[in-house]
Amino acid sequence: MGISLSNIDKSYKKQIAVRNITFDVNPGELFGLIGPDGAGKTTIFRILTTLLLPDNGKATVAGLDIIKDYKAIRNSVGYMPGRFSLYQDLTVEENLNFFATIFGTTIAENYDLIKDIYEQIAPFKDRRAGKLSGGMKQKLALSCALIHKPKVLFLDEPTTGVDPVSRKEFWEMLKRLQKRGITILVSTPYMDEAALCDRIALIQDGEILAIDMPQAVVNKFPKDIYNVKADNMYKLIQTLQRYEHTYSVFPFGEFVHYTDKRVIFKTAELQQHLESSGLNGITIAPTHADIEDAFMELAKK
Amino acid sequence: MKRFIGFIRKEFYHIFRDRRSLFILFGMPIAQILLFGFAITNEINNVNIAILDHSKDTSTLEIINKISNSKYFSIKQIISREAEIESVFQKGKIKAVLNFEKDFGRNLIKKKSAQIQIITDATDPNTANSITNYINAILQNYLQEKNKSIQLDYQIIPQTRMVYNQELKSVFLFVPGVMTIILMLVSAMMTSISITREKELGTMEILLVSPLKPFQVIIGKVVPYIFLSIINAAVIVLLSIFIFKMPVEGSLILLGAESVLFIITSLALGILISTISDTQQSAMMISLMGLMLPVILLSGFIFPISSMPAPLQVISNIIPAKWFIIIIKGIMLKGVGLAFVWKETLILIGMTVFFIAVSVKKYKIRLD
Repeated sequence: MGISLSNIDKSYKKQIAVRNITFDVNPGELFGLIGPDGAGKTTIFRILTTLLLPDNGKATVAGLDIIKDYKAIRNSVGYMPGRFSLYQDLTVEENLNFFATIFGTTIAENYDLIKDIYEQIAPFKDRRAGKLSGGMKQKLALSCALIHKPKVLFLDEPTTGVDPVSRKEFWEMLKRLQKRGITILVSTPYMDEAALCDRIALIQDGEILAIDMPQAVVNKFPKDIYNVKADNMYKLIQTLQRYEHTYSVFPFGEFVHYTDKRVIFKTAELQQHLESSGLNGITIAPTHADIEDAFMELAKK
Repeated sequence: MKRFIGFIRKEFYHIFRDRRSLFILFGMPIAQILLFGFAITNEINNVNIAILDHSKDTSTLEIINKISNSKYFSIKQIISREAEIESVFQKGKIKAVLNFEKDFGRNLIKKKSAQIQIITDATDPNTANSITNYINAILQNYLQEKNKSIQLDYQIIPQTRMVYNQELKSVFLFVPGVMTIILMLVSAMMTSISITREKELGTMEILLVSPLKPFQVIIGKVVPYIFLSIINAAVIVLLSIFIFKMPVEGSLILLGAESVLFIITSLALGILISTISDTQQSAMMISLMGLMLPVILLSGFIFPISSMPAPLQVISNIIPAKWFIIIIKGIMLKGVGLAFVWKETLILIGMTVFFIAVSVKKYKIRLD
């Protein structure tokens, strides 16, 4: 009852959107598609939700063929598009009611599934959907996508444009839904959210870079990585980029993530180089790679 | 069925919560019918004229009296020299000048012929024409009365009668036209906009990934507008009967049935438009440019089709509004039954089937 794609290609006119996409999502898995804007995530969602026909390849959702059985798929999946796609002139309750009705069910029938989520927006049930905050909109959209008890849930960038607190709550909800046996495919441009998935596929420019558990992706990172900090961060980055032994340098929160080309690397040597370049307040400490580092490394190739 | 009703209820929410579309739906029909009924008219009434009388005898006096007693003209100015004519017209108030020759009365009796010059301001050719005709008619009438005493050997007295609209009220002409425009506008434009709105806002994406079948979505979009258009048609007919005293000679039931047919034709056109446009704006532009203009210009509503150049006459045949105007004029003014408009009715049905077939064929079950 999971999702399976093999060798999916799709182009718009001459622009290649996705190429040779192959992956499987196991039943009951929370699977993340991680990649920047324009990587092809939405195209994959639209192919799986039967909105687009692939040029090549095969795919199934809950054991149903996306081309032949598209009607059955439309009955049994929940889909939350990337853009807020509810009726802005309808109230929260009217929206939910509408989606329940068109799926031939009622709010009461499946209330236990959406209870956790809907309770948070229930105080605003008479407010027009267009007047909700970003986080509340997403909760409403998720409620609407869940109201018919789908077997598979497709969430295209559900947390984009949502505040950090609401994002965290949203992911907690996904975990709870997963426990109820719903297979979830979710996409996000936020690397920190990737760690919350069971498995992830890193995707860029329409191609999959890696598929694995988040920790495994990180473990494959080939280099030692260092947090570097200085008073003048801008100058630090510039200096590091010009340094002959630099392998990679990326700004990362309050630090810069640095990797060195050499097999044997001494932090003192780098410290000396930076000091001689006129930088003050330098700290250099080893750290762990995370998904963003892994993504950057894979994207480099 | 429950799904379907839920969908229609949602459509009504959309309509009643959007003030703009409410205004187009209900404000416009009333405004248009009143505008065309009262303000825009081809009739002439109380036209200001000036008199230049070189003769000033009993005959001219009688004629002038006859003219000023008619409700069509009011004599605003008496002038004494030809040179004044130009300046009188330039002021713009006077639309015609009657110039009686010298010794008009004497010539009429002695030479059996007298001259009168009718000069009209033809910046508005239709009005100028009407004025000339009306004055001619009054002069003819005057002569007939004069000649009653005299026995002529031969005489042709034409007895004209304008049937179906005895008083030549232009509102009778406009009501069918306005009704056609409004039904077309409400049905075609509003449905095409409401369907493309779902595409534009992304909600079509969710509707597609739902058990609703495409035809259910489309029918669900259309049903509310059928109701609203029927209400509109009824309002227009009632307004024209009670305010403009327009007769409905034929069967009201037939009129209603034909209106519903035309509403469905327009809705089918609206659906067709929505399948070829992706944004509300383009749907609106196509509706306005592609439907409204031809309806106004080529349907015979304002300009008679028989006086159009041949190519335009041919084109007018593909405009549904032309056939509907023929039908409702027939029913309202001539009181004909289905036996006389079955051909036009069949054409409309054929067009509807064609539009629906094309839209079904073009309707996308996926995004593209």
